[in-house]
Amino acid sequence: MSSPTQPLEHNLAGGQVPAKQPIVFDNVALAFEDNIVLKGVSFRLEHGETKAIFGIAGAGKSTMLKLVLGLMRPDAGDIYVFGENVTRMKEGDLFALRRKIGMVFQESALFDSLTVRENVEFPLVEEGASSEEEMERRVREALSFVELEHTLDMFPAQLSGGMRRRVAIARAIITQPEILLYDSPTGGLDPITSTTIVELIVKQRDVYKTSSLLVSHRLQDAFTMATHYFDRSSNHMRHLPPGSRAEVPMTFLILREGKVIFDGDAHELARCTDPYIKEYIS
Amino acid sequence: MASGDFLSGVELISPAEWAKGKVKSSQDYFLLCVQSLGNIFRRPFYMADTLQQADLIGFGSLPIVLAACFFTGAALALNSATTLGRFGALTVIGQLVSIGIVRELGPVLAGLVVAGRNSSGMASELGSMIVTEQIDAMRALGTDPMKKLVTPRVLSTIVMLFFLTILGDFLGLIGGSVVASMLLGLDAHEYWSNAWQILVFSDVFMGLAKPVVFGFIVATVGCYYGLSTKGGTQGVGRSTTEAVVAAMILIIAVDVFVTRLLMILLGS
Repeated sequence: MSSPTQPLEHNLAGGQVPAKQPIVFDNVALAFEDNIVLKGVSFRLEHGETKAIFGIAGAGKSTMLKLVLGLMRPDAGDIYVFGENVTRMKEGDLFALRRKIGMVFQESALFDSLTVRENVEFPLVEEGASSEEEMERRVREALSFVELEHTLDMFPAQLSGGMRRRVAIARAIITQPEILLYDSPTGGLDPITSTTIVELIVKQRDVYKTSSLLVSHRLQDAFTMATHYFDRSSNHMRHLPPGSRAEVPMTFLILREGKVIFDGDAHELARCTDPYIKEYIS
Repeated sequence: MASGDFLSGVELISPAEWAKGKVKSSQDYFLLCVQSLGNIFRRPFYMADTLQQADLIGFGSLPIVLAACFFTGAALALNSATTLGRFGALTVIGQLVSIGIVRELGPVLAGLVVAGRNSSGMASELGSMIVTEQIDAMRALGTDPMKKLVTPRVLSTIVMLFFLTILGDFLGLIGGSVVASMLLGLDAHEYWSNAWQILVFSDVFMGLAKPVVFGFIVATVGCYYGLSTKGGTQGVGRSTTEAVVAAMILIIAVDVFVTRLLMILLGS
């Protein structure tokens, strides 16, 4: 097992900004009044890596994603996104950085007064750089990625929970962001729809090599991601051949009482002897 | 029933915490007001959103503003007739209705009607977006909700309330005219001549300056309560109610100060 992640102060002591890794948490702490959520959380997300974050409800998993986007500010510590310290950036400066990040919210957070087409093209319209034809092409491409091209003119209320989640993924990936944040993307979904979503995440990881943070309660989903790769020829997820685990950039991070108690890959997690983690994964 | 039972479920808050909360709310509202105005001059400009809001606020409120002003003008003429009749001054009823509607009742009525309809609408719409994380999603997608949602509402409410007040004033005068000619037997030409001639620049300026202030209050209060919604759907309901009450009270209170300020500035 990896030892609990060490704080990164020693790296930054000389004012050295972390290398332009997608995400670096450096000793981040956060409390809501008397409720301490994060107590010195430190970790790094490497290029192309997907890191699944686990912890009990209220452990601060979703909060960590909002911290990455600068939607919330920590009480202490620093968060770097591509080398930029988001904890010290002004709200106005954060908007440009956020355009490099895609986020899939827990309840999809689709704009309910807009159609699927308008929801998915929203980031492109806001960028204002694409022509009508280019936007149409990219909207169809993003929706075909999640296999929902036929829902273009439907409203979110007309879609099932799983379809809404897939539209949210299409909206998140349409600008081809360098980082993707998934907040419980399979939460509350049936097993078949969950597998579809997991396959989309694996496809995004293996085809586009996007760095991702994934918050989940479902350990089996993360193990599926760690043991499968996306086969472009068949356009489906396939089980990894024995001994090829290093090819899948998938790691696990477990939070307990506001601290990181595990940060490593699936094999390290399986070999872990910590009683709490053993109980958690059993 | 024991006093303990009576107070159970009542959340007690210290006066210091209460005061801090009020100061924080005032500060947040002030910042929202400043940002909403500052964003008018900053890119990107959301012209389509502004026009859509203008349609919703302006044309949506038109029938009720016109109806409210028409019947108030008629009622004002009826009530004034009793007093004016005692002094044999029934013919000046056009002047009284004109001054009353243009300087005071038109702007205030239009403001109150639009506040009732649109402050609540804005608070519930933005509040729903808050509780369903749509505002967070918008920020996450790199869009400033203040620019995209608040500024178009503020701008369109100010502009549309200005024009609604002009139309409301006209309907108020028509209401007075109907009563004057049909119930009081006055000459319609005399009514309109009196109503027109009594108005001077300061009256019209005061009547048209107020809707600008009231429109700003309606939109900023609605947006503020919407964006500060907490506590799910129950919170949306609470924000909606609070927005209407706050906007209406503010309009009535600010009206006094604006009237006094304009009287000093215009020397009327």
